[in-house]
Amino acid sequence: MLSVRELSMRFGGLLAVNGVSLDVNEREIISVIGPNGAGKTTVFNCISGFYKPTAGEVKFQGKAIQGMPDFKISRLGMVRTFQHVRLFNSMTVIENLLVAQHRHVNTNLLSGLLKTPSFRKKESEAMERAAYWLKKVDLLSVANREAGNLAYGQQRRLEIARCMVTEPSLLMLDEPAAGLNPKETRDLDELIVSLKHDYNVSVLLIEHDMGLVMGISDRIYVVSQGTPLAQGSPDDIKANPDVIKAYLGEE
Amino acid sequence: MRNNLSSALFAAGVTFILSFPLMGLQLTTEGVNLIVATSPAATFGYIAAGVLAVFFVQLFKEQILAQLGKAKPRPGTISNFLPTDATRAKLIKPGVLLIILGALMWPFIMERGATDLATLVLIYVMLGLGLNIVVGLAGLLDLGYVAFYAVGAYTYALLAQDFGWSFWACLPLGGLLAALFGFLLGFPVLRLRGDYLAIVTLGFGEIIRILLNNLTDLTGGPNGIGGIPKPTLPAIQTDPEFSVVGLEFTRRASEGNVPFHEFFGMSYDPASKVVFLYLLALLLVFLTLFVIRRLIRMPVGRAWEALREDEIACRSLGLNRTAIKLSAFTMGAAFAGFAGCFFAARQGFINPESFVFKESVIILAIVVLGGMGSQIGVILAAILITILPELAREFQEYRELMFGLMMVVMMIWSPQGLLPMKRPHIELKQE
Repeated sequence: MLSVRELSMRFGGLLAVNGVSLDVNEREIISVIGPNGAGKTTVFNCISGFYKPTAGEVKFQGKAIQGMPDFKISRLGMVRTFQHVRLFNSMTVIENLLVAQHRHVNTNLLSGLLKTPSFRKKESEAMERAAYWLKKVDLLSVANREAGNLAYGQQRRLEIARCMVTEPSLLMLDEPAAGLNPKETRDLDELIVSLKHDYNVSVLLIEHDMGLVMGISDRIYVVSQGTPLAQGSPDDIKANPDVIKAYLGEE
Repeated sequence: MRNNLSSALFAAGVTFILSFPLMGLQLTTEGVNLIVATSPAATFGYIAAGVLAVFFVQLFKEQILAQLGKAKPRPGTISNFLPTDATRAKLIKPGVLLIILGALMWPFIMERGATDLATLVLIYVMLGLGLNIVVGLAGLLDLGYVAFYAVGAYTYALLAQDFGWSFWACLPLGGLLAALFGFLLGFPVLRLRGDYLAIVTLGFGEIIRILLNNLTDLTGGPNGIGGIPKPTLPAIQTDPEFSVVGLEFTRRASEGNVPFHEFFGMSYDPASKVVFLYLLALLLVFLTLFVIRRLIRMPVGRAWEALREDEIACRSLGLNRTAIKLSAFTMGAAFAGFAGCFFAARQGFINPESFVFKESVIILAIVVLGGMGSQIGVILAAILITILPELAREFQEYRELMFGLMMVVMMIWSPQGLLPMKRPHIELKQE
């Protein structure tokens, strides 16, 4: 569904990404790994439209999307999270999920002012979808708390729930396990696998937690200093001498 | 009881100090001289009795209250004085009703000047509530808000002057036109943020004022536009034939209209015009309040706040930030347009002097002072900012100084404004 060909991104004299290609198929979990500063997040930013790539092609569901505005790309069904949690902190948990469904609800001003039946129906549908996902990520008990007051692990889960209420087909997670304790990481592992199996969502993942990456990935791409280094199944990657040298480290 | 002794002595002392000169001494005139005369001895008896009564009641306060069966806990903590959440929730509805009732009764209780001043306050409430959308909710600093106010005012003034349009036709048009200006300005400007946005809006405000000043053929330049007709009250007439007429609040009505007092067969009262304008302004404010309260709870209101909180997250979720910012800008401008239209009708005369930068600052001060995003706060601040200069007329030359001082004190004492925003959170009902 997503195919990236020869993607390059140049910031002035720095070639941050150089000729990266990757593919994500339906119901796949794909990881992108590499040392810090390798350009993984830049690849994410180029795919999701936050940067306009200098060269290369990004196709999502057969449609060329490079250079499209970010919000339009997201509306095609490709939603991402960020390395740092970006919640609407002073809004409640449930409101965070309602904002995310902006284009699923009735935004007509007049029907909103008059609270027409269709407006109410859409609002209550959005509410139900939000409640469903809160239950799924085990946040139902804190639904009415301000998002900024949640524990870090809860905020991470809320971020994923907020992406999922938009009903995406591709979920892009930028270091979702950063700062989580081992128990939370295991829960995250289960959640991501369940997203793939139960909701037919593909996941593109940047992550440094090798336990998580090796356990759930269908394929792995390794990026080092902006250039693609290797790709393949977790076992191939674990055995690849270049990857071990550049990133995993020798024992 | 010992604890009460000092407070009882103090209360008794105060009672004496207050009552002795007031009741015990009298001024009488004898020729051209004023003479202080003492009251008859019986009066001093009453004063002494009163002082003693206060003393003993204070001394045996607890025992008396216990006898009455309402012993109160000693006021140790401040929380004793504050209503609990439950009682507060119970108090809100009657409180709001009381305020609405008071606002409706105001012109009939107070004199003409007070009603006129209240009308001015209501105009500022409307402006404050409108700017609150832009600054408080969407977080876009707009320093040229007064431009939209001017657009509304000139819309009515020009249409009434050149085409004889009525107030009721111009009111929605003034709002729409101001909204259009907001939309047009928003397009190029909303790519900017923070300080840059503030500077450009400031420039826009000045451009509009200077245009009004120099387009002499159209707007009359610095001379302004006079003789703007007052709003009329539409009424249904059955005699001589069934038709809708405008009731005017003057002694004699212009062509095609009927004076209010004749229509109802009353005698002419010049104050009725002021009362009508006040009630009209009140109606507009209630409408504004209702619309904005709904907006906050609607998807667009949520999007405004989300955008203020985190723009990048909004973009990643498929929210079109330009459209959302534009909607806030346009909506805010529309309310300024309504207010401007009413302002022109009330004044009967407008010129560019009414729409200077200082007005923008005052409206912004109302929003900041009231607490960004808080509606009750904005109303309170509008009352404060409009009334204080009127009360401080004696300190004419120090008014600006006092204004500045008030802002400084406010920002130190409560940087979040009088009533920091308490948003109506949407809650999930737990099953």
